[in-house]
Amino acid sequence: MFDDTNIIAGLEIGTSKICVVVGEQSPEGVLNIIGLGQSRSRGVRKSEVIDPAQVEEDLRVAMAEAEQMADVEIRSVYLGVSGGHIRGFNNRGVHPVVSADREITTEDVEDVVKNAKAINLPAENTVVHAVRQHFFVDGQEGVTNPVGMLGARLGVDMHVIHGNANRLQNAIRLVRATSLEVDDVVFNGIAASLSLLTNEQKELGALVIDLGGGTTEYVVHANGIIRHSGVLAVGGDHVSNDLAYGLKVPLSRAEKLKVEYGAALVTDAGKGETISLTNEMGLEFKRLNREHLQCIMSLRLREIFELIALDLERVGLVGYLRSGVVLCGGGSRVPGLVKLAEEVFQMNVSAGHASGISGLTTALDQPEFAAAIGLVKFGSLKTRRRSGRSFLPTRIKGAIEKLLQR
Amino acid sequence: MNPQADPSAPGAASSPSSSGPSGPVVKIIGVGNAGIAMLGMLNHTEFSSAAMVVINTEAGALTSSSAPVKIHLENKLLRGLGSGGDPDRGRAVAEEQFSTLKAACEGANIVFIVTGLGGGAGSGISPVLARAAHEAGALVLAFVTLPFHCEGNRRESQAQKSLEQLKKLADGVICLPSQRIFKIIEENTGARETFRVIDGFLVQAVHGVWQLLTCPGLIQVHFGDLCDLLRDRHAESLFAFAEATGPGRAREVVETILAHPLLDDGRALAESTAVLVSLVAGQDLSMAEINRVMEQIKRQCGRAKILMGAALDPALENTLCVTLIAARQESRAEPAAADAVPAASSSSAAPAPTSVKPRFEMSEEIPLAGGPREVPPAPVSRPRKGIPGNKPVQTQLPLTIVSKGRFDKSEPTKHNGEDLDIPTFIRRGIVMN
Repeated sequence: MFDDTNIIAGLEIGTSKICVVVGEQSPEGVLNIIGLGQSRSRGVRKSEVIDPAQVEEDLRVAMAEAEQMADVEIRSVYLGVSGGHIRGFNNRGVHPVVSADREITTEDVEDVVKNAKAINLPAENTVVHAVRQHFFVDGQEGVTNPVGMLGARLGVDMHVIHGNANRLQNAIRLVRATSLEVDDVVFNGIAASLSLLTNEQKELGALVIDLGGGTTEYVVHANGIIRHSGVLAVGGDHVSNDLAYGLKVPLSRAEKLKVEYGAALVTDAGKGETISLTNEMGLEFKRLNREHLQCIMSLRLREIFELIALDLERVGLVGYLRSGVVLCGGGSRVPGLVKLAEEVFQMNVSAGHASGISGLTTALDQPEFAAAIGLVKFGSLKTRRRSGRSFLPTRIKGAIEKLLQR
Repeated sequence: MNPQADPSAPGAASSPSSSGPSGPVVKIIGVGNAGIAMLGMLNHTEFSSAAMVVINTEAGALTSSSAPVKIHLENKLLRGLGSGGDPDRGRAVAEEQFSTLKAACEGANIVFIVTGLGGGAGSGISPVLARAAHEAGALVLAFVTLPFHCEGNRRESQAQKSLEQLKKLADGVICLPSQRIFKIIEENTGARETFRVIDGFLVQAVHGVWQLLTCPGLIQVHFGDLCDLLRDRHAESLFAFAEATGPGRAREVVETILAHPLLDDGRALAESTAVLVSLVAGQDLSMAEINRVMEQIKRQCGRAKILMGAALDPALENTLCVTLIAARQESRAEPAAADAVPAASSSSAAPAPTSVKPRFEMSEEIPLAGGPREVPPAPVSRPRKGIPGNKPVQTQLPLTIVSKGRFDKSEPTKHNGEDLDIPTFIRRGIVMN
């Protein structure tokens, strides 16, 4: 009953969960989330596959759930990728305008973009995204569309996100093994920012932090373009691990304690409070100090924010974030995280909500699904552009085709 | 009870030394079958001023020896069958006849104990003999071989045990693990020949030390320096000897000695903590030659403390001999070893060489002419402060090793040199109690 070209699925293979979000695009271009599937992820560390067989099993569970809920068959997905190997940087390409009348043509634009993409990457790396930022014509900056303008030298700034080809390929092959097609590969950070930020926020400047299980991705939008992106291979797993180490409890127990008693800041209530751990018989066998628990968590989360803040300072983007910081990912559920982020970044911080999409409100409100929803949105923007119904200039170009053909 | 022991041993020992050149009275004592064989090779005119003594529990080997003084240790327990490879029996009989051993060492300034460890006589008697020599007022230097691995672990453990005892009782031990010889000899060398080669090496060592101590020193090395070098480090002391003649002898001798198989292509030198270099040549030895040799050797010895001596021997026409003893301290750091050892390791009766301590204290001062020269090691190293370890190795303090839990096996997340997988509170040093 559904024309499958309208069905867009986003798949995120995360460290703590695998989630599939199914969206339906109406002929008018309105995106509606109709299905959601998730399963526990067991074969992933720091957002990278370490046990393909396990991941495949978990992936099938999540897919089945999503298909059942949306009542559709999913044939292809937009795959979100992350990992400590992914890097983002800005590159500038220039091209002399050769035509006699010095009018910039579409060919000139294509050439200059090609020049900007010709970057010096390590041999084993491949470009995930090459996002156009701004053109500049003879030193005049901030040109959005130079076609038809006059000039002698055309330049373009690109934001290039690249990663290790083999590691990216691992995830793609795994999805293919479940007889699914991969439409495109998208960096999770960009996907999350797509679903969370409104155009106004992108224009004003915003930092999106996706605190995942194994990695933390961050993307800076300013003046409507992607200015910076990065990955820290530190996430919720590290918090649990710290707790297991510091409180001397098993990892599974640490995980539970984190969810039940965790906080991003040491609360007054936590001071002096003890948590008694009971065994399966209901007998108490250990007492923990809640202040220690919160202190360990707080230190780790603060460090993550501090590292991001330092990176932004290094590239000089702190002043651009007029719309502040938006948090998402499972880690953003930690109570007091917004306050902690405000302390570190010294600016307005909010928990993110998927915007501009209708459908399952349960899914849209969950910070964990921001990236997966963003994947669907990425897909919808791409199909809209392809079908030519809209000439909305998506500046995000999937540069991964080469990778997909392997 | 002691029918074959020569009652005139002390007298016999002192007579040759008194007729020799003025210098320390040296006694060379071979213990056990191996010791007797080695002493046989030592029968050299050069050692005429030294008294040779052989000690064994078996009569057979003793009779074949040409040494002037023979001591046969025997009691009822042994029944004329020797120690039977049991060091305890060897030690028992040596303790029983301690006075005989002591008498044999009487009158000597320096006693060289030459033996092969692992068997009954060598391993059992040598430590007792070392103690006896000490009590007789002599400095003791032991030259020992360790058994081949193929001789079985019993012999090996016996040898190790005996070596430990010797380390405590003797002023210095130079040991040659026989296993090393495989690097030198050809594959199908006869067994007898192999043992001869090993004995030959040890004899070279004795000869080298002999030269060092007896030849008129241009730049003298005292026995105290030698003991100082070997004490407590001897487990890994290595020895190399080379000689060359002709106009290019300085270069040649350095090449030979650095290529010496026992030095592991110079690796042993780089890892050693102290190196003693002794040059002996004819009257024509020039300062430039000394300089050239030392320059080359110094370059090879990472942070080792270098002691050098030079001596003239008129008999060595046109020949330059270099003796090199490299000592390596065992891996456990013993920063205070140098100062603590004289008091700690030698028994109360042992005359600890008084020159040892001040020598260490002076190690950074300008060497005095005529005295033992200490060539300062590479400028960066601080011999007294630096850990007496070998090469500068980047180590990790045990305190900072933290289990990374579930991230133990995964690729570490490094950020500005920090491993982010380690809990933040640990890296920041925040204590939870």
